[in-house]
Amino acid sequence: MRPDRRWIRITHSENIPPREGRAVKVGGVEIAIFNLNGRFLTIENQCPHKGGPLCDGIVSGTTVVCPLHGWRFDLESGVAVRASTPACVATFPTRVEDGIVLVDIGAGHRMQMEDAVA
Amino acid sequence: MSKLAVVGNGMAGVACVEQILKYAHGFEITIFGEETHVNYNRILLSMVLAGEKTAEEIVLNDRDWYEKNGIRAKLGTRVTAIDRARRVLMDETGGVTGYDRLILATGSSAFIPPIPGVEKNNVHVFRTLDDTRALLEKARKGLRAVVIGGGLLGLEAARGLQLRGCEVTVVHLMESLMERQLDATGGGYLRRKIEALGIRVMLPRQTAAIVGNGHVDGVRFASGEQIDADLVVIAAGIQPNAELARSAGLEVRRGIVVNDYLQTSDPDIYAVGECTEHRGQTFGLVAPLFEQGRVLAAAITGNTGPAFTGAIPAAKLKIMGVDIFSAGSTDEGEPGTEVIRYEDPSAGVYKKLLLKNNRLRGVMLVGDIEDEPRYVEWMRAGEDLTSLRRQLLCPPPVEDPGLAVAEMPDSETICGCNGVRKGDIIAAIHKHSITTLAQLKEKTRASTGCGSCTNLCQQLLRAVAPDFTEETRTTLCSCVPFSYEQLRTIVRSQKLKSVQEVLNVYGNRKGCEVCKPALSYMLDMLWCGEHEEDRSARFINDRVHANIQKDGTFSVVPRMRGGVTSPDELRRIADVAEKYNVRMVKVTGSQRIDLLGIRKADLPKVWADLGMPSGQAYTKGVRMVKTCVGTEFCRFGVQDSTRAGIELERRLENLYTPHKVKMGAVGCPRNCAEATVKDIGMVGQDGSWQVVVGGAAGKTVRKADLLVTVETTEQALEACELFFQYYRENANYLERTYDFVERLGIEKIRKETVYAPEADRRQLLERLRRSKTLAKDAWLERETPVNPTQFVQIEPLEAHSA
Repeated sequence: MRPDRRWIRITHSENIPPREGRAVKVGGVEIAIFNLNGRFLTIENQCPHKGGPLCDGIVSGTTVVCPLHGWRFDLESGVAVRASTPACVATFPTRVEDGIVLVDIGAGHRMQMEDAVA
Repeated sequence: MSKLAVVGNGMAGVACVEQILKYAHGFEITIFGEETHVNYNRILLSMVLAGEKTAEEIVLNDRDWYEKNGIRAKLGTRVTAIDRARRVLMDETGGVTGYDRLILATGSSAFIPPIPGVEKNNVHVFRTLDDTRALLEKARKGLRAVVIGGGLLGLEAARGLQLRGCEVTVVHLMESLMERQLDATGGGYLRRKIEALGIRVMLPRQTAAIVGNGHVDGVRFASGEQIDADLVVIAAGIQPNAELARSAGLEVRRGIVVNDYLQTSDPDIYAVGECTEHRGQTFGLVAPLFEQGRVLAAAITGNTGPAFTGAIPAAKLKIMGVDIFSAGSTDEGEPGTEVIRYEDPSAGVYKKLLLKNNRLRGVMLVGDIEDEPRYVEWMRAGEDLTSLRRQLLCPPPVEDPGLAVAEMPDSETICGCNGVRKGDIIAAIHKHSITTLAQLKEKTRASTGCGSCTNLCQQLLRAVAPDFTEETRTTLCSCVPFSYEQLRTIVRSQKLKSVQEVLNVYGNRKGCEVCKPALSYMLDMLWCGEHEEDRSARFINDRVHANIQKDGTFSVVPRMRGGVTSPDELRRIADVAEKYNVRMVKVTGSQRIDLLGIRKADLPKVWADLGMPSGQAYTKGVRMVKTCVGTEFCRFGVQDSTRAGIELERRLENLYTPHKVKMGAVGCPRNCAEATVKDIGMVGQDGSWQVVVGGAAGKTVRKADLLVTVETTEQALEACELFFQYYRENANYLERTYDFVERLGIEKIRKETVYAPEADRRQLLERLRRSKTLAKDAWLERETPVNPTQFVQIEPLEAHSA
């Protein structure tokens, strides 16, 4: 497989408004792509707490707040911020090329929670 | 009558005259002022520049005051010479004024360093109201402003210009900002706070020249480096205005030399304020000047008692959100000095105390200045701190909330801006039976300056006034650490129209799920819908106008005014429920129908098929008016509650509120639609309506308070509208009417709504009408979405091939 084949062309970047997220289903995974004023970051869409759609959360700096019960996740690491129990979602490499957002689904990464709480 | 002349119409001179007026003085008083303005609060000029106050709001003594006290004011008149032999003053108009006693209160002026180019157009100083006005005329969005000087005044000027839209750079000769008040660590914290506001700071930079052909193009530094500038403000310090005294032969060193009774070398001539030099010290801050004024007033009226023995230098930065206070010595190298430090970098808090022989010699507070009065008093009284060594940086938790103020001596200054002491406040509270902060402000002027003593004043009121009524101040959130009241003032005065603008200028730029929706509401309400809507700052329910459920689907509740529907509507609802496989159709407690389990992507189609407007069941806004069948069918009904309720809903629908607003209208006191436990209720009686507010039957159960009883339906509807708009404008976000009514008290609410003067009521209704004109059924966004994927499920451009 050619190395660049791993990147999936998802959508035009203007389809994701600034400081908002949008959910997309790719290869059986539902991801949430966020536009941090021109910088795009992708995480797994499902909140590990009760399955809330993270794409619908309010963005605060580089974190997103789940719309159901207010769990907050760092969009760069996927780690839950100030959660009562350690938790995280997977993050996916994301880039923009010619106005198209590309995500590397195969390279999804989930932080080891021992790292996260340390 | 003997003649008293005062040269200088500034804060120190006039405050001194105010003190003289308290004695049986027997003087015929003339005040000369070089500026044409009446006495204003110079300390607050930066707030005028920032747009936080108007020029009128900083006036301390209006023309009436001069007249009422029989004072002759010669404004815009410069005194050119003192003839001590003949005891007369010569002024520039050729006028000659005799005096028996003379007070010099000539103040200070901006020090302009000898830099080539200072004479160019667009080079300003920032010292007087006229300077401020000149800056305001020039300041505009995008203008590149350079402030030379990183002291108190320079930083305040920089922030003011930045709030006016200028791109501001502060350049400072020294390694650190406010280096006379702060050490390098404190200066570092300050620098980060200033930079976080979006002001560029360049240190250390020696300005070599202001360049440009006639007007300013840039500023060149000694290193050769040059930056662009359209405007330059020089804030490099002040120097006492002592020329008049010098040429009259009085003893002058840096300032006019005075003794402990503020007498100059001529015993009939006194001096007060920034023009003086006392025991080798000159002054640039207001509090010691009031002290001087008090001593002078006593001395000149023959009541010599207290002496002025010097003052502890103290400085407070007046930039909202950047709390800096410094007083006393900053020299930790002095032998025998102990240093006590506290630092919390992520909170931006730094405190440092200098002690010698267990006595406080200096204090520096950055990021948290709440304990300032305690430290100032310790320093003033020379308190032995041996027994308090473990509580120097944080006082023990106060069990009796009145204790902190109880421990203060009456002589302690509470309001530094207006020189009001604790004893003055207590006397005023008793004399005028003061019960609110507003009354206290009016009678004593305390807390009308920079406002930093508001908390103390409230504590004093709580402790002293038997019927103190508190005006609560809640900070919105740590992202924008201001009270709702302050934020409303900020948004209005700075004309901020978007959430991001507020966060950028007054907050941490990021915002969060707490403050963003609150600010969104505030902007919409204050600008009556003419704000810049930012959907990213809204909760998901307000992005898609439906209520998110636990599985990520949404519920849809169409508006059904007064709970009245029709066979045709019911048929459409049934069709929609089948077509979109609605998982549950539920009659709500609000006389409406809820369709549950709808996918986001289906929302626009569902709304179109229903052909009914949004019921706003998902938002902090107008929910519904629950009604009974009133006179039309009910054999007991005495008012047409159904029609009145539908009309009320029509008048208020599509508007947003601090929290949800549920209403009710009933046709008789049997109250079948439970109007007395609604946010707003209309209770029909024979020949009249009762309008009740602040009821609840949810998490809290509360019987509504009677707002007013009126005769006609139209009067009742108007009373509802008045309360509704008043709640919109004055409640904190997420404050239900039942909390709001309890916080303010129904009497105050009546006074400011239904019993308010005609003009005020008209204005409330006018603002409601303006908002209503721009308010739309949110579900019309099905035709004009705010962005292309507001409801659309994005499909990837290509499939994933593993």
